[in-house]
Amino acid sequence: MAREKGYTKKNFLKGILIENPLFVSILGTCPALATTKTLEAAIGMGLLFTVVLICSNVLVSLLRKLIPEEVRTPAYIVIIATFVTMVKMFTNAFLPELYSTLGVFISLIVVNCIVLGRAEAYASKNGVFDSLIDALGMGVGYTLAIMLMAIFREVLGTGAFSFGKIFTFIPEVKLQIIPKGYEISMFQNPAGAFIVFGLILAIIAFIRNRKAELKANLERQEKIRKAQEAKALANGGNK
Amino acid sequence: MNWLLSFVLAIISSMLVDNVVLSRFYGICPFLGVSRKVNSSLGMGLAVVFVIIFSSIICWPLYQLLDLAGIKFMDTVAYILVIASLVQLVGLIIKKYSPSLYKSLGIYLPLITTNCAVLGVAQSNTDQGLSFLDSLGNAIGTSVGFLAVIVIFSCIRVRLESANTPKAFKGLPIALITAAIMAMAFMGLQGLFSGIGA
Repeated sequence: MAREKGYTKKNFLKGILIENPLFVSILGTCPALATTKTLEAAIGMGLLFTVVLICSNVLVSLLRKLIPEEVRTPAYIVIIATFVTMVKMFTNAFLPELYSTLGVFISLIVVNCIVLGRAEAYASKNGVFDSLIDALGMGVGYTLAIMLMAIFREVLGTGAFSFGKIFTFIPEVKLQIIPKGYEISMFQNPAGAFIVFGLILAIIAFIRNRKAELKANLERQEKIRKAQEAKALANGGNK
Repeated sequence: MNWLLSFVLAIISSMLVDNVVLSRFYGICPFLGVSRKVNSSLGMGLAVVFVIIFSSIICWPLYQLLDLAGIKFMDTVAYILVIASLVQLVGLIIKKYSPSLYKSLGIYLPLITTNCAVLGVAQSNTDQGLSFLDSLGNAIGTSVGFLAVIVIFSCIRVRLESANTPKAFKGLPIALITAAIMAMAFMGLQGLFSGIGA
């Protein structure tokens, strides 16, 4: 099969920027709002999510010729639910703090639209390696997106970054960024989560509008210039 | 009458104080996706009420069965299968007995399988070890809370369509800010129970 050069790299990068699952496709919003109180919890959520996505994408891709068309969706859901159960048990055994922080949201990875969406849209049509890279890109993109939300929420809400509470194998550190007494605790509440998400989407829309405007402006100027040139040429011919 | 009080309290607390969407973050996807028109949000909300209540009625005994068999860890897989087949079943039943209702709910039914509110309620009911009646109360309160919030939200969004919002905020961003203000309003209900002494 002839392949475009650099396809793997493009396939990986598309999940991070152009097709970011959270900020562009607006999928998987529930955990993005619920688990972003602290940066550490967001990293943990992203990690578990990426593991499930990679496993399910690879298995779906391996079985894509065996699963009949009619029972596709239920079969994918069972595959995903199995991996989620495995991840849940691993987390409970090795990272009990993460398990209790994320709580029911580990189980809810099953109904995360991104996992099922990638299985339907990509893994069921592409080879194992491509599906692996696609899952890796999407997973990293989602993790970075929820980390961005968590950075805002943790710094504004508590005034400090704290590490070592959930990943107990690293020493406990607290980085005070905003002086004590000046933090806005609303950002730790559900309302703060909605506001941060809304503002990030607004900034993205603003940048996109700006780019489109610049492009339209350039095109218009080019058109005017061309018209003037043609006019000048026509005038020159008349003389 | 103790069981009745706890049943009613479970309904009220999961409906208002601990609202699914605005404080527990279940079901944000349909909340943002299917709330552009009041009619469609009403349809989605009603379909969710059906499925959540029936799935919690089935999932509670199922969990006890899994517990007896010693395979409690299979709960997530079992629940999602129950929900997926229940969604199909509810669709078939509505289609048979009330074609007009099916016409208005039909397109929302498949979406419910991936609504985290349904799995979330079933899972958190059994994780907390609630009794059957309490989990039923939780299911009723949660689903009615979802219905109420999505309908209110869609009414606001219809108004927002014609409002003069900044260009960058058009569409989803301003809807999210609205949701934030609604969440703040619902936070005001948190002191509701201190008066009753529950």
